[in-house]
Amino acid sequence: MSAKTNGKVPPEPIEKVSIIVSKGSLEGVYPGLIMANGARMGGIEANLFFTFFGLDAISKAKHEHVKVATVGNPGLHLATWAGGIPGVSSLVTHKLAQEMEKLDIPPIPEFVEMIAESGAGLYACQASVDLFGLTQDDFVDEVEDVITVGEFYGLAASGQIIFT
Amino acid sequence: MSTVTYAGADVEVDAEGFMTDPAQWNEQVAAAIAADAGIGELTDRHWLVVDFMRRTYLESGSAPSIRTLGKASGVPIKELYQLFPKGPAKLAAKVAGIPKPRGCI
Repeated sequence: MSAKTNGKVPPEPIEKVSIIVSKGSLEGVYPGLIMANGARMGGIEANLFFTFFGLDAISKAKHEHVKVATVGNPGLHLATWAGGIPGVSSLVTHKLAQEMEKLDIPPIPEFVEMIAESGAGLYACQASVDLFGLTQDDFVDEVEDVITVGEFYGLAASGQIIFT
Repeated sequence: MSTVTYAGADVEVDAEGFMTDPAQWNEQVAAAIAADAGIGELTDRHWLVVDFMRRTYLESGSAPSIRTLGKASGVPIKELYQLFPKGPAKLAAKVAGIPKPRGCI
């Protein structure tokens, strides 16, 4: 027992997380993937639920083309008009991808595959799939199923839910 | 920091049981740490990962990421998680007698 607990009962460790990825920008997708991978690295059970534009991260057609939002993104400290110039989003995404590679952070398609191999469950949101007129064939093979929000809550039972 | 006895050898470990001096490590110590961590008997596949982990740390000063482990150790990611269900990078580092990996990936 470490001294840090001061005699109190230590908190229960997290055993399971279910992470919702709802955004289709690069900065919207990575946090959820990093948290899911980090959970598996720590022996924590993990599920990923992709909804709305977050589906781009598992879309065969789009997962290689997820970009940084350069318009309406104050964190970039880039004038809105400059962010809208054709090619700027691609350029910023390319620069960021280079930096990520240096840190051994994989591109989205490889990262998704890695997370699936680590034993995490990958699911697509039924409502979004219907809304965009998609089918399971539009997604990478690692996606186990298209599920409803009710089924998601069933999978998430007794764990923590993280919305990104 | 405290001292633990593994396979008859006294080794220094941190609060989480990671060895702080890789020079105190040997294969018997590794087997004892593995048994202690619930991994059980170390197979050739475990050793492939543990040796790669240790070699990378001693050469570069930091433990490899899961990505590198999956690409370069000779054991694919899926199997890494079968060999070390409670977290391959962390457990393999512990068995390899090197500090706990600090990366997020």
